[in-house]
Amino acid sequence: MPTTAPTSGGAAPGLTDVTASDSALRRFLHGLPGVDAVGLEARAASLGTRSIKTTAKAYAIDLAISMVDLTTLEGADTPGKVRALGAKAVHPDPTDRGTPATAAVCVYPDMVAVAKEAVAGSDVKVASVATAFPAGRAPLSVKLADVREAVAAGADEIDMVIDRGAFLAGRYLKVYDEIVAVKEACGTDARLKVIFETGELSTYDNIRRASWLGMLAGADFIKTSTGKVAVNATPANTLLMLEAVRDFRAQTGVQVGVKPAGGIRTSKDAVKFLVLVNETAGPDWLDNHWFRFGASSLLNDLLMQRQKLATGRYSGPDYVTVD
Amino acid sequence: MSEMSDKPEKTGRLSVFKTYKLYVGGKFPRSESGRVYEVTDPKGDWLANAPLSSRKDARDAVVAARKAFGAWSGATAYNRGQILYRVAEMLEGRREQFVREVAEAEGLSKSKAAAQVDAAIDRWVWYAGWTDKIAQVVGGGNPVAGPFFNLSSPEPTGVVAVLAPQESSFLGLVSVIAPVIATGNTAVVIASEKSPLPALSLGEVLATSDLPGGVVNVLSGRTAEIAAPLAAHMDVNAIDLAGADETLAKELEIAAADNLKRVLRPQPVDDADWSAAPGIDRMTAFLETKTVWHPTGSLGASGSSY
Amino acid sequence: MTMENAHATAAFEYAPAPESRSVVDIAPSYGLFIDGEFAEAADGKVFKTVSPSTEEVLSEVAQAGEADVDRAVRAARKAFGKWSALPGSERAKYLFRIARIIQERSRELAVLETLDNGKPIKETRDADLPLVAAHFFYYAGWADKLEHAGFGAAPRPLGVAGQVIPWNFPLLMLAWKIAPALATGNTVVLKPAETTPLSALFFADICRQAGLPKGVVNIVPGYGDAGAALVAHPDVNKVAFTGSTAVGKEIARTVAGTRKKLTLELGGKGANIVFDDAPIDQAVEGIVTGIFFNQGQVCCAGSRLLVQESVHDELLDALKRRLSTLRLGDPLDKNTDIGAINSAEQLARITALAEQGEAEGAERWSPACELPASGYWFAPTLFTNVTQAHTIARDEIFGPVLSVLTFRTPDEAVAKANNTPYGLSAGIWTEKGSRILAVANKLRAGVIWSNTFNKFDPTSPFGGYKESGFGREGGRHGLEAYLDV
Repeated sequence: MPTTAPTSGGAAPGLTDVTASDSALRRFLHGLPGVDAVGLEARAASLGTRSIKTTAKAYAIDLAISMVDLTTLEGADTPGKVRALGAKAVHPDPTDRGTPATAAVCVYPDMVAVAKEAVAGSDVKVASVATAFPAGRAPLSVKLADVREAVAAGADEIDMVIDRGAFLAGRYLKVYDEIVAVKEACGTDARLKVIFETGELSTYDNIRRASWLGMLAGADFIKTSTGKVAVNATPANTLLMLEAVRDFRAQTGVQVGVKPAGGIRTSKDAVKFLVLVNETAGPDWLDNHWFRFGASSLLNDLLMQRQKLATGRYSGPDYVTVD
Repeated sequence: MSEMSDKPEKTGRLSVFKTYKLYVGGKFPRSESGRVYEVTDPKGDWLANAPLSSRKDARDAVVAARKAFGAWSGATAYNRGQILYRVAEMLEGRREQFVREVAEAEGLSKSKAAAQVDAAIDRWVWYAGWTDKIAQVVGGGNPVAGPFFNLSSPEPTGVVAVLAPQESSFLGLVSVIAPVIATGNTAVVIASEKSPLPALSLGEVLATSDLPGGVVNVLSGRTAEIAAPLAAHMDVNAIDLAGADETLAKELEIAAADNLKRVLRPQPVDDADWSAAPGIDRMTAFLETKTVWHPTGSLGASGSSY
Repeated sequence: MTMENAHATAAFEYAPAPESRSVVDIAPSYGLFIDGEFAEAADGKVFKTVSPSTEEVLSEVAQAGEADVDRAVRAARKAFGKWSALPGSERAKYLFRIARIIQERSRELAVLETLDNGKPIKETRDADLPLVAAHFFYYAGWADKLEHAGFGAAPRPLGVAGQVIPWNFPLLMLAWKIAPALATGNTVVLKPAETTPLSALFFADICRQAGLPKGVVNIVPGYGDAGAALVAHPDVNKVAFTGSTAVGKEIARTVAGTRKKLTLELGGKGANIVFDDAPIDQAVEGIVTGIFFNQGQVCCAGSRLLVQESVHDELLDALKRRLSTLRLGDPLDKNTDIGAINSAEQLARITALAEQGEAEGAERWSPACELPASGYWFAPTLFTNVTQAHTIARDEIFGPVLSVLTFRTPDEAVAKANNTPYGLSAGIWTEKGSRILAVANKLRAGVIWSNTFNKFDPTSPFGGYKESGFGREGGRHGLEAYLDV
């Protein structure tokens, strides 16, 4: 098993100098190779034409199910809704107990305790968004309290948002320090996913810089988006982040996970993302410890495809559960 | 009954009339005003009731055209050409219908109307071929005296209001719409006032030709009434006055000056029936030229500095 | 057992995903296509065309000789009068019909091309066929606009065009030849390559479906002798050839002293120049596309990688990692990246040149790659420590073999890139716009790709400097070769 990220915040091995000052960090991030948008998108599209059939498809669908962070992040969430989600995560398909469980359920901090109870006895993790998700516009003290409460309530994973305002204003060290602080608040037990909100960072160069910034600060996962803005996970921005984790491991020996979130709704899409993982970061990432889908409706489509493979006939929405 | 005839009208079957509607934003609304006017053939016989568009219909059409502009102007020239050619294909399949409508509208014989429709179909083909060539004919590199790359390219101007010719209800209509949209503009078209039916039927063809909704919007009614708000509209970029008489054309051109619309004045048409081969003027009238400068490093005199 | 453990042992192996062969119906034999009819060769000769990936015989094809070529030229001459007198708008509509029928039959043609040529279905489906249809579509639009093309008010066609095309992009090269010729009012006799005659013969059927008048397009499959007879035929007004520089020179000698107009699209040894500020991941993709697209059997291939010494190791590591993910095998499998070499002869040539590279001291590397037992195959191959003095840096290999050289400054990159008798293509990789344009200014090549490679479009002229040939195909410029100007 590859090395996991350092458990406490701080720069990765061999790269301590680059976070020594705001200007050093800026020089480092701006010294990363540029990204040609047309070429990047063409590569993502080209991998999207891979044709995954029969046994490979069955493998990919089960793998995708096991990678889902089954998510509900609504103002209208209730304990009842979260319990139903937890039950679905543990047994996604009540008609087939052989169906793998999802990786995690993802909820707001105040629902962590309920979620924890709902998945008790299973391997399903509880992830909690924190740090004033999704905007992240709160004082650091509030963000850290948000994180600590979620961890105290039993969250296995924390999905934080970066300060996009600071990032876009070029205050990279502020973003870095905040991630380090949140990582520290996660303690030794909770893994940290760092959300960039790629749709707001807008350029691929920014996404590459944010990826390295997050990894330098100790992220266990880098994650595309909150699902709350117009542009969320795309094959191209996920491909770019997969290149970043691949290069980061080559340079530091530290492996970091990737989580595209938002906008992935069909099995076909999910399989395309797995092809991106397979042919960019490589098979070491084909595991729910290292790759996740932040999604809700995706799961039912995966289940319907799974039923189709098992029975040979197309399934319908009446044959999967609505939770 | 034992009496049978080849001619359907003599079978006693009652035909179904079509309700003619506007074509705006890819949909077929009636006029928001609820008004219609009577359309007759040249002899005065009733043909249909056409929507009598209001200034609010014109406003809605501009919104639709503006909304469609981004994607249409951003589509590849090849894609636009494919779609314009598709219009020709779909028209060919409805040729008989248009021959009848043009014959009725303009009081032409079947064969003369057929010639008009055939020419209109071919005109779509002609402009389909222009989409990816106009930039090669009117654009190009400029050999500026310095170490700079310098390229001029045509770009569509935006939303174009088009007053279709009054006399040539179909060939004239196609001859003014196709050049506007071939280059990536979107259009709000006012059909011939007295013969609007072929234009309204064209909307049905456009709607089934992969042309995105809103690229062409067709209004029928009183040309002067609809044209006035379009000529003054601050979100319309250009106006083609083909269907305006001298007085109206002047009024509209004055109104168009408010936001410096590009104005194409009524042109003398070689043949009154628009059958002459078009040049490129109707395209260039609604194109902007964008010139891009970029340094090319040193050209040698100062040594190698890249 | 948790899923996590289960997956730790499994790998994401792509199951075979073959494109259905049943979409194409190949007849056991084909004739020459002359004057709208399929006919046997005058001397009754035939040759077999095989699938390079399996060596299976696909069909038996009539082999044109001098007499057949003469008959085809006569048919084209006979058809020329009426065809050139048609209004441009009518010729346009024939070409639009052809473009549309190609679009309709594109899957069938893609499978056919993959079978006959050996290239992956991914390429014929996503590159060859869309470009073929687009090329006809583009030139269809010129047929009635020639007075706007900048060649005078009423430019005239030349007459009968004799066209000889290669096997690397059989149908695309046909389109590059036939579409502008017909649009401008010429009639054609086309000789496809002997290893890939089938798509041209299917094209004959498309001409039938489009109702094209007889004799406007004539197809004479055969060997070099048929090509030579066509080029030398006294009633041919225009010769267009795509192929090797050696044959191109032979043709130039043949037409010397005649009034035949000549365009040649010949070999290349394209330099792909990577500067230290390149977008590295995209550069890697561009290098791969540049040399492994169509197994490197591309005249404009980026067969020389010129990499700035300061990023050499980093780039080579990334390139080797990327090459290890290439999937070589059944060309009909939708996931195949690298297909078969087109013929035993071509394979022998590639093999010999690669061996010479080793013998001259360059360092050879290929990813782990199992080659199928039958058919003609060559693993993707890199040579490092190559200099301008190596044969593999000078001769066109026309195969999946990349020679890697280094440079220190832009001047040195330009000097090395231009240090070849060829001048077809080049690539420049840098994030700095002014460097792109400055380097492009100094490169002696007909097509320069910046931060991309092997891009083609019917609107864009293509052709070479120096011994890569003369004349341009594609775009407005491509009309000139077929007009009396």
